Amino acid sequence: MTPRQNAVQLSQVSKRFGRVTAVDDVSLTIEDGEFFSLLGPSGCGKTTTLRLIAGFELPDRGDVFIGGKRQGETPPYQRPVNTVFQNYALFPHMNIAENVAFGLIMRKVPKQDILRRVSAALEMVRLPGMEHRRPDQLSGGQQQRVALARALVNEPQVLLLDEPLGALDMKLRKAMQLELKSLQERVGITFVYVTHDQEEALTMSDRIAVMSRGRVLQVDPPHEVYERPLNRFVADFIGETNFLVGVVKAAGRGKATVAVDGQLPLEVPAERLPGTGEEVTIAIRPEKISLHAEPPDQRAVAGTVDEVVYFGTNTCYLVALTDQTTVTVRCQNQQVGQHVSFPQGARVYLHWQQESVRLLRE
Amino acid sequence: MGKRPASRRAIVRLLVLIGPSLLYLLTFFLFPLLLVFAISFGERGTYGGVRWVLNLQNYVRFFDPLSLRIFGRTLYIALATTIICLVIGYPLAYFIGTRSPRWRNGLLLLLMIPFWTNFLVRTYAWLLLLRDAGVINLVWTGALHNLVSALAAAVPIPLWQPLLQATASPIRIYGTDSAIIIGLVYGWLPQMVLPCYAATERLDFSLVEAAQDLYANRFKSFTRVILPLTMPGVVAGSILVFIPSLGAYITPDLLGGAKSIMIGNVIYSQFMSARDYPFGSAVSFLLMAVMLIGTLIYFRLGTARTHVTDEGGI
Repeated sequence: MTPRQNAVQLSQVSKRFGRVTAVDDVSLTIEDGEFFSLLGPSGCGKTTTLRLIAGFELPDRGDVFIGGKRQGETPPYQRPVNTVFQNYALFPHMNIAENVAFGLIMRKVPKQDILRRVSAALEMVRLPGMEHRRPDQLSGGQQQRVALARALVNEPQVLLLDEPLGALDMKLRKAMQLELKSLQERVGITFVYVTHDQEEALTMSDRIAVMSRGRVLQVDPPHEVYERPLNRFVADFIGETNFLVGVVKAAGRGKATVAVDGQLPLEVPAERLPGTGEEVTIAIRPEKISLHAEPPDQRAVAGTVDEVVYFGTNTCYLVALTDQTTVTVRCQNQQVGQHVSFPQGARVYLHWQQESVRLLRE
Repeated sequence: MGKRPASRRAIVRLLVLIGPSLLYLLTFFLFPLLLVFAISFGERGTYGGVRWVLNLQNYVRFFDPLSLRIFGRTLYIALATTIICLVIGYPLAYFIGTRSPRWRNGLLLLLMIPFWTNFLVRTYAWLLLLRDAGVINLVWTGALHNLVSALAAAVPIPLWQPLLQATASPIRIYGTDSAIIIGLVYGWLPQMVLPCYAATERLDFSLVEAAQDLYANRFKSFTRVILPLTMPGVVAGSILVFIPSLGAYITPDLLGGAKSIMIGNVIYSQFMSARDYPFGSAVSFLLMAVMLIGTLIYFRLGTARTHVTDEGGI
């Protein structure tokens, strides 16, 4: 026994539906007590991955381990996990108490314990006194909490959540995000959270697995995924990114010198060094760029303001380089009355910290 | 004042929508029904007419042992038919309801195909199958008997003896209650399948997954989630099979032989051969009463499953 047990481990798991490979050779290790998100666009295989853990689907290849135990063909009702379904899936013919008690009844927990645990669970999700209501008498947000209580009351080793906030409106969703996160910290249960909402994943998760076309592209904490995307898909899917094409002029000592837009060569940090003359893509976030009327140093890139869009907290400038590439720049509006520093058509210089740039090769 | 035209419009609307059916039902259903009800309190005339002497004699007469026995058998046959239809029909409905939409329509079509043939013809076909010299018995006493004989000659073990004896004479199906039940199940099975299918098709299967996620095995998922949620289909299907089975006339007439008759045949003979309209009317009304009570009880049972939980029982 290792001191820190893995809650869930997927080992080279694949799952096909007809000709579509929903999950393609995925290996993941989710640690005990972690808030782990599976993030990706629809059809990327994140829900199938969750269903493979829950046991609703069986892998064609590879193994699923829960709490170190190989699951094989173990049916869902024998796995130590519980699921919060996307549409909540509350039993419409049972009241709230019966819904929450369902798992405990199935496991033949003594009746006195059931009553106590059900009311404790409802209290935990802030729905005390709702025992005798029916699911259709509750609002979407309340149903969501019941679904959560129904799963958590069983004290599973792992809680699986399939886009649980997807059906809620924006404001409620934000509130529930914070509530879910603090709930997870309180109960200490491993959460595996499926979402297509990158902001949701960034704010709640300890670690995020970004998926696309059945494959896991990157597994990292939120700031790593955001600041150090491994490839173009991750950089593009999470947040906004400018992709600039350049030619490598020189490479060495963890740095590459790249000429963008035929302009002055820029130094870019590079983990794997590209060859000289190779065409590469560099990625930079819009908020990492500053605009200047005069070049602050020799590393600045020149352009012309094409469009100015005011967003309240920030102002967005679309800057055209000479090769027609458009770079998005976001400037925080720190001072009242300075929301547009550069008018349309103005000549500007783009500047950023060297380490803000990522070199992507593919 | 402002509300007047609106309410007049509502009345016109109501008349247009339900007027025609109301008129039709009043003329051709309610009025004859009241007539039958009135006749049931009359007395048979010497030559078959109705003498309007108000009495309860016809209702009292129903409770003689013979009528009660026929009624008991009718009830038994209708119940057996309903239960067999449920046992066969529900799994079939579940199967069809869980196929992809493309398959569903094809399977439903297959289910409906027998209905394109006249009911009388289909029931008569059962007669040809079931009677002593029918197709089933021809195979039983012919091919099967010969096969067993040949096997007995080839492998002389005592096992063959009872089989030889059984296949020596035809199985008596025609003219028994079983024959009627077979015919009724055949006739009313789709009535059970269709409502059950509609219920399964509407079933949200994420609820079944939720049950399995919450430690319910296949059996528990069925009894705790699938069955209660498809109960409306089961109730509707059972009523749709039970009621026509209770009033069946053609099937027992063709397959029940002379001995095995049902209450529907009694009513028929009272009107058509005995010409005792008052007694026939009284039996009709008692049958309707039983159907009504049975339906009410069943609806109660069906809906109670979902309401009993309101008491907070866990």
